[in-house]
Amino acid sequence: MFVELNNLLNTTPDRAEQGKLTLLCDAKTDGSFLVHHFLSFYLKANCKVCFVALIQSFSHYNIVGQKLGVSLTVARERGQLVFLEGLKSAVDVVFQAQKEPHPLQFLREANAGNLKPLFEFVREALKPIDSGEARWTYPVLLVDDISVLLSLGMGAVAVLDFIHYCRATVCWELKLRILWRRPSQPTAQRDQSFTYQYKIQDKSVSFFAKGMSPAVL
Amino acid sequence: MAAVATCGSSAGSTGSAVATASKSNVTSFQRRGPRASGTNDSGPRLVSIAGTRPSVRNGQLLVSTGLPALDQLLGGGLAVGTVLLIEEDKYNIYSPLLFKYFLAEGIVNGHTLLVASTKEDPANILQELPAPLLDDKCKKEFDEDVYNHKTPESNIKMKIAWRYQLLPKIEIGPVSSSRFGHYYDASKRMPQELIEASNWHGFFLPEKISSTLKVEPCSLTPGYTKLLQFIQNIIYEEGFDGSNPQKKQRNILRIGIQNLGSPLWGDDICCAENGGNSHSLTKFLYVLRGLLRTSLSACIITMPTHLIQNKAVIARVTNLSDIVVGLESFIGSEKETNPLYKDYHGLIHIRQIPRLNNLICDESDVKDLAFKLKRKLFTIEICWPSHYSWIHPANYLLRALILLFPLPRTMQIKMTTIMSYPSNWYIF
Repeated sequence: MFVELNNLLNTTPDRAEQGKLTLLCDAKTDGSFLVHHFLSFYLKANCKVCFVALIQSFSHYNIVGQKLGVSLTVARERGQLVFLEGLKSAVDVVFQAQKEPHPLQFLREANAGNLKPLFEFVREALKPIDSGEARWTYPVLLVDDISVLLSLGMGAVAVLDFIHYCRATVCWELKLRILWRRPSQPTAQRDQSFTYQYKIQDKSVSFFAKGMSPAVL
Repeated sequence: MAAVATCGSSAGSTGSAVATASKSNVTSFQRRGPRASGTNDSGPRLVSIAGTRPSVRNGQLLVSTGLPALDQLLGGGLAVGTVLLIEEDKYNIYSPLLFKYFLAEGIVNGHTLLVASTKEDPANILQELPAPLLDDKCKKEFDEDVYNHKTPESNIKMKIAWRYQLLPKIEIGPVSSSRFGHYYDASKRMPQELIEASNWHGFFLPEKISSTLKVEPCSLTPGYTKLLQFIQNIIYEEGFDGSNPQKKQRNILRIGIQNLGSPLWGDDICCAENGGNSHSLTKFLYVLRGLLRTSLSACIITMPTHLIQNKAVIARVTNLSDIVVGLESFIGSEKETNPLYKDYHGLIHIRQIPRLNNLICDESDVKDLAFKLKRKLFTIEICWPSHYSWIHPANYLLRALILLFPLPRTMQIKMTTIMSYPSNWYIF
């Protein structure tokens, strides 16, 4: 969790917004530091997080998370974090026939299938447990990174359907928050947009207004 | 710029950088640290694998690419569990060299090799590997090869283009006590006894395509499916992922795949813009990455990206690879006759470096790199000017002054050096 970014977005773990879809786009650069930020932010906010990690392994996020003050292994053991490790699961799906439908079942199919098994997995992971006591504040879905689904043979329509289903279920039905990441060309119009420059350091990221970097001033 | 020297702060514990392959769900990205499960006996420290060293930045286990200059540019070497993608140059003359250096480094260090190709039999590829330059005689050969004329370039203090002096020099000579990264003589062949002593596996597609290897149904082209199956088999059989109880492996598997994506693999990604198999290559890379991340292996892939018609596929391939290095040779292009590039054979572009277990990566500050293949060595150097087309207007003024007021010869030479700086360095 980067404190400066929290200040810029005007949020703290105590009072984060719900029911929103946040899209992280990076073009020609690596925006993965934002994924680490949001992951540690929502874990610190005591939310139940379902993380579909398609591009890197669990230990990568764990090691960076430790730098930012959260332990993913502990969160997973406590049940706060449901982690789908795409790389490891893909190897299992491709090389062994699975008995039950697997979230990444589409890897075995020749034609472009749909992402229904993955959606079922997400819904199952985030549905509230009726045990009476509410341990977690509200659920969050994080996907890193959605363009990998395009690389794996899913059509753009299937991916958009998946996003739509997730949004409908997660944002409105269960009042949750979704974060996606995909590399893209920067899109243009937004109502209110702010531009900052950033510099990543070993354990934090500092943000500053354009042209105000200490290296330049 | 990453320092090449091994970190001094952890001098005593180089051994524990190796992932404990005996645990079932380990990945090769485990950070160095004390062994979690302490045994009663003080237990020998994990034996460090030959030819590897921990990264200075995050303790990641690194192997050499076979070119110490390239290792330096990549932040110390290639991390175990990652893919190095080489974008082939147009006529595929220099990328096979990098491929062979990687394999030769594996043989010298005693790593296991897996060579996959469609054009050449892997046995022939191994016969053509360059011979290693050993420490004692390489210094002598190196001196006569590189410095056959006295070039006091390194001693000139740059007066006006002083910023260049701050750029680190790329190491192009052999370091006498380095066990990580060796130099090779491209004009000689690897000794036969070294090749025979090594453990290698070959995958030659024309032979394998007709075999009846049991293949799980998958939507990849048959060539890719068979290759994935072959790689997974070797990793499991030889214990590189720690899941085989009979085999305790303490070695690195170096995988080399040549010309991936070319039509010889059965893939039409280089022929058509929206072919039927447009996702085969990216799926293959994804599953390969999954295999690598959970085993003690490193992979080099050469790919003719200049032939891929669909630019989106190139972006996806880059996204799915860890390190991407592009080679651009000057043969046949207008840069061949450009006097600025006359000393070099081509440019080398470091397109992507991964951020593994870290927020930041060791991105080199130097972007203008060129390579040349000398009689024996492949060297990478900083290429001085990169934007020749647009010259700072003040240069014309300087040139006019020189023509009008002829300067003594030594000063003239210094002036030409100054004038060919990149246009974004404003010195006036």
